Amino acid sequence: MHRSTRPTGRTRRLAAATAGITTITLALTACAGGSDEGSGTGSDAEDGSGEEITLTVATFNNFGYSDELLAQYEAENPGVTVEHVTAARSEDARTNLTTKLAAGGEGLADIEAIEVDWLPELMQYPDLFTDLSDPELEGRWLDWKVEQATADGKLIGYGTDIGPEAICYRADLFEAAGLPSDREEVADLLGGADATWEDYFEVGKQFVAKSDSAWFDGATPTYQGMINQVMDAYEDPATGSPKDLAANTVVKDLYDQIATAAVDDGLSAGLEQWGEDWVAGFQNDAFATMLCPSWMTGPIEQNSGGITGWDVADVFPGGGGNWGGSFLTVPASGAHTEEATKLAAWLTAPEQQTAAFEAAGTFPSQLEAQASEQVQSFTNAFFADAPVGEIFSERAKAIEGAPFKGPNYFSIHQSVQSALLRVDVTKEQDAEVSWQGALDEFASLGL
Amino acid sequence: MAVLSPSQPAPARSGRPPRPPRRVGFSQRLGRWDVKLSPYLYISPFFVLFALTGLFPLVYTAFVSVHQWNLLGGQGDFVGLQNYVDVLNQPVFWKSLANTLSIFVLSSVPQVILAITIAALLDQNLRAATFWRMGVLVPYVVAPVAVSMIFGRMFADQYGFVNALLGIVGIDAVGWHSERFASHLAIATIVNYRWTGYNALIFLAAMQAVPRELYEAAVIDGAGRVRQFFSVTVPQIRASIIFVVITSTIGGLQIFDEVRMYDAAGLGGPSKNWMTTVLYLYDVAWGNQKNFGRAAAVAWILFVLIIGIGMVNFLISRRISTSGPRAPKVSRSHTRVLLERARAAGSSTTTPGEDR
Repeated sequence: MHRSTRPTGRTRRLAAATAGITTITLALTACAGGSDEGSGTGSDAEDGSGEEITLTVATFNNFGYSDELLAQYEAENPGVTVEHVTAARSEDARTNLTTKLAAGGEGLADIEAIEVDWLPELMQYPDLFTDLSDPELEGRWLDWKVEQATADGKLIGYGTDIGPEAICYRADLFEAAGLPSDREEVADLLGGADATWEDYFEVGKQFVAKSDSAWFDGATPTYQGMINQVMDAYEDPATGSPKDLAANTVVKDLYDQIATAAVDDGLSAGLEQWGEDWVAGFQNDAFATMLCPSWMTGPIEQNSGGITGWDVADVFPGGGGNWGGSFLTVPASGAHTEEATKLAAWLTAPEQQTAAFEAAGTFPSQLEAQASEQVQSFTNAFFADAPVGEIFSERAKAIEGAPFKGPNYFSIHQSVQSALLRVDVTKEQDAEVSWQGALDEFASLGL
Repeated sequence: MAVLSPSQPAPARSGRPPRPPRRVGFSQRLGRWDVKLSPYLYISPFFVLFALTGLFPLVYTAFVSVHQWNLLGGQGDFVGLQNYVDVLNQPVFWKSLANTLSIFVLSSVPQVILAITIAALLDQNLRAATFWRMGVLVPYVVAPVAVSMIFGRMFADQYGFVNALLGIVGIDAVGWHSERFASHLAIATIVNYRWTGYNALIFLAAMQAVPRELYEAAVIDGAGRVRQFFSVTVPQIRASIIFVVITSTIGGLQIFDEVRMYDAAGLGGPSKNWMTTVLYLYDVAWGNQKNFGRAAAVAWILFVLIIGIGMVNFLISRRISTSGPRAPKVSRSHTRVLLERARAAGSSTTTPGEDR
């Protein structure tokens, strides 16, 4: 009697224990299975046959690659499917790219677009990218555009667009302040072909004397335009080593010049670029001019809903200047680097870049595309039908080359930019104190 | 298991009938293991998963933190504690720590007080009670990034909604992005907006479990609403208060989304006035430096710090929420001492507890 009840109890408990163990095993195998699935993503699934492949292109903002454009490539190259992924902001794309590169290239697209600003950090590791140099493509781009993306003799990216800078201005505010408002007259007013920053700030003083609006949006974007004309701003191009900021008189002079113009002369609207106030400033007539790389025409139009009067003048202080621009790279870890290189070359061909320019205003870095009739005759209705194609090609010709940007460029640049923000935007410090802060920050970088 | 089972000597047949050696069979032994081990087995999936997703990264981060480690370049030389020294020597790190603590205090304290108050109101007899109760949870459902973007717009310095409102009342515009304290206040507001309702619901659940007789008794004793709240409600929901304080401490020290979205650059402003430690970690790892070694060191320092602060406020909140006379300490040794004393005193005299 007594014994007969025990086995059942035991079996029940045994069963429970078994169930427990099974649950754990199941849970564990479930996660193992999950991670297996995860590693199988990407386009290498159909590898082997060489017939049907999918190439992914990852870009950000708006590169102007329409579905029709990609469909055209698919039609010309049977067996290739092109997938296009876009990130909203370039910063997102940057984090995505660097994190996945760090993870050994898992999950990267076959073609990854990069912005010129992240080039320095990637150029230190050229082995992560496929060498794209191709004798047939020589002479397709501006020389300096190719030099930017060349490391150890390897070309890691094909140039897409560049950002030749002009001056965008509010014709209506100019008129109200008694200044000429026609785009040729404005170009002459600001100094014409040999305009200087002094000219630009001098006209600004005349303007603010007669207007409630400021002359330019903020000290930092303007400083950005100035520093982009210095070929060796923060680092020595020969060695790549950073210059001591405290002894860098070129930077200090520019800093003093812009700080004086922005705060002492009251030319700045005191806005931080891309900030909420900056965006709202367009609607509130906060400023009358701004430095205007070709791609900036898009954001100006977006932020200025209901505001008319924007125009572009074919002039830029201190000679030409380039701000921004992108490249297409092929990560070396991809499964179809050869096909991807072919697609990247096709996408950056003059015809496609011209189409992209018409779609998104990304100004071509390809010589042939710049000279093409389509680009030359392109006008922008929002900017009072300004011939932006012609103007930005002229501005592109004025660019002398690309400044050297080494691995520490952006760290140092950021400390100077922060100093200007403290003076111009938050107004918490005067220029000298704030410069000292920049020097402290530079020192703490431990370069 | 097979090794263990036959270790028992064979039972002696000789006669000592009153006390035969107890034979412990395998089944019995298994049964005992079952009782002792099964509960651990059942909760182990959590800990196994935690080991994989929590413990391993923790240990690996420690490994990274003693090496030179670039995000793209990968593992470099072993540098010992150099990364920790570097981090502790960075003024930005200390500033970020001060910002974190300030934002944490500005968010957690009002948040807990407000949440208890809201919960107390919701605990009353309201019409459409479920509607109001779910209503306080709505901010929690909204994505934090969306909340931060909306508030970022509202707290804009020149053309912001909040400053416009202040202007109507005749108060000067506040530099939400230029004054350090103002920026902390604004960010704390975003945090509070998101978490107050969530905490209120936790408190509400605890309040509903408070026996109503206690309130009836309090009413008979002549306690008003306020007295009831402080003498009945708060002591009764003590456990929930501790829970909320600890979770909001951990959350408060890890604020990231709100500060990241607070301005255009997302790096704490030109003077790092609202850069929190987690944001600093992000900037070191994924910003211009791409220094994973230092970032890992920051992570570990933060980890230790959170544990430290967690302990401190666990102790504090335990004291605060224990109101009234302290309950006698209950421990085995204490009970034993009491029993022995009682026995020594003999059964004739009073035993503790009977004299009341």
